[in-house]
Amino acid sequence: MSINSVAAIYKFELARAWRTIGQTIAAPVVSTCLYFIVFGSAIGSRMGEIGGVSYAAFIIPGLVMMSLLTQSISNASFGIFFPRFTGTIFEILSAPISYFEILLGYVGAAASKSIIVGLIILVTARIFVDYEIQHPFWMITFLFLTATTFSLFGFILGIVANGFDQLQIVPLMIITPLAFLGGTFYSIDMLPPFWQTVTLFNPVVYLVSGFRWSFYGIADVSIVTSLGMISLFLVSCVVVVWRIFATGYRLKD
Amino acid sequence: MPIISIKQLNKTYASGHQALHNIDLEIQSGEIFALLGPNGAGKTTLISIICGIVTPTSGEVLASGHNIVSEYRAARSKIGLVPQELTTDAFETTWSTVNFSRGLFGKPKNHASVEKILKQLSLWDKKDAKLRTLSGGMKRRVMIAKALSHEPEILFLDEPSAGVDVELRRDMWEMVRDLRENGVTIILTTHYIEEAEQIADRVGVISGGKIVVVEEKTALMQKLGKKELRLQLQTGMTEIPDNLSDYDLKLEADGTELIYSFDTKQEHTGIAELLRKLDKQGIDFKDLRSSQSSLEEIFVKLVREQ
Repeated sequence: MSINSVAAIYKFELARAWRTIGQTIAAPVVSTCLYFIVFGSAIGSRMGEIGGVSYAAFIIPGLVMMSLLTQSISNASFGIFFPRFTGTIFEILSAPISYFEILLGYVGAAASKSIIVGLIILVTARIFVDYEIQHPFWMITFLFLTATTFSLFGFILGIVANGFDQLQIVPLMIITPLAFLGGTFYSIDMLPPFWQTVTLFNPVVYLVSGFRWSFYGIADVSIVTSLGMISLFLVSCVVVVWRIFATGYRLKD
Repeated sequence: MPIISIKQLNKTYASGHQALHNIDLEIQSGEIFALLGPNGAGKTTLISIICGIVTPTSGEVLASGHNIVSEYRAARSKIGLVPQELTTDAFETTWSTVNFSRGLFGKPKNHASVEKILKQLSLWDKKDAKLRTLSGGMKRRVMIAKALSHEPEILFLDEPSAGVDVELRRDMWEMVRDLRENGVTIILTTHYIEEAEQIADRVGVISGGKIVVVEEKTALMQKLGKKELRLQLQTGMTEIPDNLSDYDLKLEADGTELIYSFDTKQEHTGIAELLRKLDKQGIDFKDLRSSQSSLEEIFVKLVREQ
């Protein structure tokens, strides 16, 4: 493996994030702070505990997960779409590196950026509310698995997309609604039975539930199911990426 | 051993368009090879396949002895590419983008090497400038610097003169010659055939996805070129006299210019004999000059014949 090549892509992508720090780091932190103020402090102070956890603390894992999902997708999709759009992809394709190394550079950088954003949100949340992390190993595992999986998904989106508008549609129109309806702000057992069943088709439920379990030991679905679902999604993304590279789809004529 | 060896290379795009037909080509180490061809002839497809950007349908390409598919790492590490389009990251600086290219091609950091390249290309004072602030010519130099950053043995220049002013173009050709002196093999495509005529050691003409001819430039011009002798007559003529019908003559400029075309390969050009005959006929001329057909004329002729 060419470490220098992977490092070049990785550093290039992180440097871009640093250059656009307002967009990549400050914006998600500010919007999450707003969620804490509105849902955590203002509305949350009038709500009871959920599973023995204050409402403000209850929403923290969901908010981190929501940012992690949208940031992973945005970072990775933009990372590979931009060189396709400007034409600089020729340099990546003509370099003496494998597709795996290309993937490692782009997806690694995107996942790193979203994990950094997630950790910053966690630190920021501490300003507003006390929380505990009962299972730090699993918290890190969920953080890493989710960031990697959705960065892979973003990479696929960046390959498939025909324009910047299509890059925005998935995080804004699909992921954010799924996150809102996936138990970020509530436990799914608060829903009527019919909607509880419907919600189980929402993949974000499993991510938020597993992540919340690593904090407070409470979950809507079992931890094994959550890990199984994220692993399934990870494998699906790997298969699609492998097919893209095997066929050169949208990359090579 | 040739530095690039292409055997029976074919490329058919998904649309069904066959861009390359059974290309066989060898490029020798250390030469400047000009690939000429009209738009859509397959020049960029050929270069893109060698560089790994386009997948060949069939055939074999070796770069520096390495198969471009099965030994792509070794092959690509020897190659630098300056594409036709000025594709740059607008928000990057010259320094960062050239260092990025070096790293991307697996080379460790070497600021002294990058500095040398930037100075050679008169880009040193622009090292901290964002690429979007540079002129087209400067961007072209940055593209060359990026392609040279990993010290390639083979450099592809796809239409390097496009959008470059005359002075910069001269500098660029000077740099190309210097690179050749340092052992770099240069393969260039250009629409400025006059320049290929000046700079190339060998010329390949591609048309309709087929290699029409590959020849040493001077040999090509000798083989396919014609020379002309133009005589400005004292008195105009309406037709060429019958006893001069053995010569390839024609009249131009209302009969005041007599043009004699002769083959450069022939041992005797027949000029002296023609001039004697004209003298005998009492046909006087006030001026004469000879010219050789340019590479461009040869190129146009070859392409038209396809």
